[in-house]
Amino acid sequence: MKAYMIFVARRFGQLLLVVFLGISATFFITHMTPVDPVAETITVITNFGKADPEAIELMRKTLTELYGLQGNVFEQYVVFWSRLIQGDLGPSLSAFPTPVSQIIFRALPWTVGLMISATLISFLIGNTLGALAGYYRKSRILKIVSLGLIGLQPIPYYILAFILLILFGFVWPVLPITGGYEMNADLDLSFALILDIIRHSILPALALVLVGAGSWLTGMRALTSNIVTEDYVTFAELGGVGSTRILRSYVVRNALVPQLTGLAMSLGAIFNGTVITEIVFGYPGIGTLLINAVHAGDYSLVLGLASLSIVGVAIAVFLIDILSPLLDPRIKAE
Amino acid sequence: MFTIVRDLIRYNIEFAIGLVILLLLIGAVVLSFFSPYPASDIYVVPPDMPPDAEFWFGTTSRGQDTFWQLMIGLRNTLGFGVGVAFLSRILSLVVGLTAGYAGGRTDRVLMAINDSIMVIPQFPILVLFYFVLKDNMNWLMLVLILSALGWSYDARLIRSIAMSLRTRPFTTQSVYSGMSMRKILVEEHLPYVMPIVFATTMNNMIWSIGMEITLSVLGFTDVDTPTMGQMIYWANSHSALISGIWWWVAAPVGAIVILFIGLFLLSMSMNEYIDPRSRLNRMGN
Repeated sequence: MKAYMIFVARRFGQLLLVVFLGISATFFITHMTPVDPVAETITVITNFGKADPEAIELMRKTLTELYGLQGNVFEQYVVFWSRLIQGDLGPSLSAFPTPVSQIIFRALPWTVGLMISATLISFLIGNTLGALAGYYRKSRILKIVSLGLIGLQPIPYYILAFILLILFGFVWPVLPITGGYEMNADLDLSFALILDIIRHSILPALALVLVGAGSWLTGMRALTSNIVTEDYVTFAELGGVGSTRILRSYVVRNALVPQLTGLAMSLGAIFNGTVITEIVFGYPGIGTLLINAVHAGDYSLVLGLASLSIVGVAIAVFLIDILSPLLDPRIKAE
Repeated sequence: MFTIVRDLIRYNIEFAIGLVILLLLIGAVVLSFFSPYPASDIYVVPPDMPPDAEFWFGTTSRGQDTFWQLMIGLRNTLGFGVGVAFLSRILSLVVGLTAGYAGGRTDRVLMAINDSIMVIPQFPILVLFYFVLKDNMNWLMLVLILSALGWSYDARLIRSIAMSLRTRPFTTQSVYSGMSMRKILVEEHLPYVMPIVFATTMNNMIWSIGMEITLSVLGFTDVDTPTMGQMIYWANSHSALISGIWWWVAAPVGAIVILFIGLFLLSMSMNEYIDPRSRLNRMGN
């Protein structure tokens, strides 16, 4: 158990490093470029009509303060961190004066919900099929299904989501292709609303599952086909242990630990995929918010979303990393 | 080298299909130089023509020949992928070989940075870059940004090989014969990791081209250079699907799917060639 605590402590150090590097990167990307966000915003605001020079000067002052752009780069860096730690990401420009954090937290449940359900489904489907395909290597059906899923795996999320959109939006319109729920829906919690939300999430989730399941399948199949040649499996077979039991407790349990490590490592990519898929289907999560913020020129919202994604993904990876060894009974013996 | 390729073609159907697709793509790239129309000129042919004998893949609403747009787009997209793969391979080789050979504190520091880059979600960062750079965002910039983000996973792979190479007798001998670290890494260790570098090149191209397409479709790149993503971007902005000009969308989407499956088959068969265990599995079947 002591070794485990040391492991957790070291992983926590890694988490802090990731957050530090990621947030610093977002800071330097936004501050080391020739583009001046204050001037950009003022251009946008004064685009459609004349403005009083004094008013512009006032606006410049206010915006500089809002963006935390006073002083030299080092001072700005300190201000950036202190605001971030307080959870103050500044007011949104496109929805002034709503705080950015409030807008983000409104969109967050959609992304998290979509991401968790799609990841769980593809992890389950991919690993189950992979274990079966590795164990019953002669089965023709499993081979065809594996081939199909593996073939979908390299296709970019955007393109697959786009193909689904065409198929179910134009060719065979049975499922809603945009939004998270019916327009003008009654948002009181009811059975009909839940059903509606599920109906709207089918296509985005399907895109994520179709792309995601293949890599779990390949990984699990390779692990399984290595484990079935181990002596203890042969011994169990000779001892008359049923094949379901061998597969479940002898093979899959051992193969699952590296797969969970893989989940932690690919979480960033899964998050990318979720965000991109949301954009295609206009799902009301982080991704759509990010794109709208870019189009609206909402500096603080874009910056807030980028920082928050880094922190969120880093924490999720940390949690999976520290929880996955607990599945492995060998860790408790230490 | 030639015998390896010949054997792979003969015994590995995935490699054969991947190679055919790759050759077709190279053919398309060569063909693109013979395009009768300059890449970004519009209204050079009648718009909205369906596919026929004269315009094989039809024409777009912007009066461009879809076939030639596709060829030029393939060239730019592939060039982009190769550029990112080349630069990020250099980065991952430097980091991977150094970390694996030096070990100790150097290894820990490099891998801590490496792991951090690995988990940071790239898409928001890329969007942030576009948001800040806007019109200053050009292809060279995007190649540099994606190279800086896309080396970490492969650096880890290379490091794991370099670590085992360090304990081999020939490394010890090189050290005792007074070779510098740089020389050992370049002359002794590099040849051992080259196969894995080639295999990861394909994966890296799949990733970088995927990102490029996504950003282009959203209009977050230089919209005047035709690429696969750009074609879909313009098709979407002219509502091609709703107005029934399906070929404008189908051509790039089809080409992308073929391109990715080809790259993926090549990377899969190369991995299999590198890892003898999977070859044994295949024989076991």
